[in-house]
Amino acid sequence: MIEARDLCKRFGAVDAVRQVSFTARNGEITGLLGPNGAGKSTCLRMLYGVLSPDSGSACIDGADIRGETSAARAHLGVLPHAAGLYDNLTARENIAYFGALHGIGRYRLRERTAELARSLGLEHVMERRVRGFSQGQRIKVALARALVHDPGNLILDEPTNGLDVMAIRNLRDMLRALKAQGRCILFSSHVMQEVAALCDRVVVIGGGRVLADDTPQALRERSGAASLEEAFLHLLGGVEGVV
Amino acid sequence: MRAMFTVFAKEFVENLRDRRTLMSALLFGPLFGPLLFGAMVSRMLDQSLVESDQPPRLTVSGGDHAPGLVQYLQSQGVKLAFATLSEDGARIAVRSGREQVVLLIPTEFATRFKAALPAPLLLVADSADSQTRKVADRARQVLAAYGSGIAQLRLQIRGVSPLLAVPVAVQDVDVATPAGRAVMVLGFMTYFVLFAMLMGGLYLAIDSTAGERERGSLEALLSLPVARASLVGGKILATCTYMCASLAISLTAFVVVFRFVPLERLGMSANLGMATALEFFAICLPFIPLGAALMTLVASFTRSYREAQTYLTSVLLIPTLPIAFASIYSLKTQSSLMLIPSLSQHLLMTSVLKQEPIAAADALVSGASSLSIATLLIVLTARHWRREAMLK
Repeated sequence: MIEARDLCKRFGAVDAVRQVSFTARNGEITGLLGPNGAGKSTCLRMLYGVLSPDSGSACIDGADIRGETSAARAHLGVLPHAAGLYDNLTARENIAYFGALHGIGRYRLRERTAELARSLGLEHVMERRVRGFSQGQRIKVALARALVHDPGNLILDEPTNGLDVMAIRNLRDMLRALKAQGRCILFSSHVMQEVAALCDRVVVIGGGRVLADDTPQALRERSGAASLEEAFLHLLGGVEGVV
Repeated sequence: MRAMFTVFAKEFVENLRDRRTLMSALLFGPLFGPLLFGAMVSRMLDQSLVESDQPPRLTVSGGDHAPGLVQYLQSQGVKLAFATLSEDGARIAVRSGREQVVLLIPTEFATRFKAALPAPLLLVADSADSQTRKVADRARQVLAAYGSGIAQLRLQIRGVSPLLAVPVAVQDVDVATPAGRAVMVLGFMTYFVLFAMLMGGLYLAIDSTAGERERGSLEALLSLPVARASLVGGKILATCTYMCASLAISLTAFVVVFRFVPLERLGMSANLGMATALEFFAICLPFIPLGAALMTLVASFTRSYREAQTYLTSVLLIPTLPIAFASIYSLKTQSSLMLIPSLSQHLLMTSVLKQEPIAAADALVSGASSLSIATLLIVLTARHWRREAMLK
């Protein structure tokens, strides 16, 4: 479970995130929806501990995320916006590197990489250097890397960026499978269809604030809009400078 | 500690697989110095040997007025060419480079010589040209020797002891050892050693910091439950390892190159065997973490590979400053200078080359000061990695 409580973050004169609170539950996919510059990435970065909030707090499975070696990090897998890989390492080495940094023993790591390779369909490319991998293959490796320590929670920052239709479909299937395993999945997107297709819950962010936090169904009903897109625009209508 | 080793192993392997940077770090960097150096020293030796072996060549005009002098010059092995030139003609010929050095013997030479009055001779040379200056110097020496020989004869004929005309006898005593003389030639070799060492770690220092940011793997790495100090430690350790390798290669190359450079022919001994190389290695070792931490710190502040390269090229020049300073003021080894990294290594290596004994205290101070600055830089780097600014 991922909990954000009154998160605030300023960059100079800009209030990037203002008092953001929400909860992403286990066995659910939560979508963080908002236009570019709404503060989604800043919010997620505070949740996975590379930015520290000016005020407020964030907990992963009840453990505070702050601190370089916080226990919260051990329960969290992260696929950042730029999910860069090490081109001169093989897919296996890329995944194993993060596993080793999580303190997983060699034997367990071998088992776990084999498991991930199987479930993500990476078996035939595991020993190849990732230089020259397609975007779809890269995202799979990055996802395997984020899941290597078998975390109960997964944060993905705009994971579908730059992927083709097939790869996006694949990613959705993978996320659904992870959800079925009872994990808590939180991802950000500015693409409506993606959120509608995947999420159990949507947190709409605009201008650094939470504008709505509900199921896609309830969001549509509440705004009286036929589609989620209209509901979204309706919600953002109240925020200055966003639309 | 385990995380640090994991980071180290990954950086080590990754760099090992990058052939281009590996070539530059372990071949170009370490071999450039020794090869350039060997070629330069050989050429210098060739030139100076040629100059001292070959007799000067002189063009003589008006040789008829002084047959005795011409005979003497020839007996001294001076190669003579004869021409008839006016004073202005001689000037023009030398200035244009047609003649190197011209000895003009005026008509009045004969009469004044016979009358035992100072007989004029004109030596026309271009002192701005180092080649002809040397020839002119040799000619002047031979002419002076002729003059003093004649003077002694004249005194003897008049019944005066020629020794009266030699009130003091100066003897040059040169205390430079053969190895010491070589140091002048080998002086800046120490910079090549330090340069090669830094080159060995340069690319890894960039790749593990600015490179990590540029390819977008940094953020995922920073989200892991690993102390930033361990990340930094592992990266610097890997950089150190490559610096050790390039230092070893560079020193080996120097040992090999100096086998083929005939320093002994100039009365110098290079004193650069495997034992010296090992001493050099030990002297440079404390400088390695300093260099690695400095490069990693500077590269951590940069946004891209390109930017890091620009800044680190200047970092490569930093060790030259104290060394250049030392050569300008010809500083000698003294305890206070041992506090300055790169300068202390330079002075210690120079002492080894000169076969001077090294005080244990000096070596200790040099090592300790480099290591303490290294520690400080590592702490600063780790602190910077903890800042949010790392992500931007």
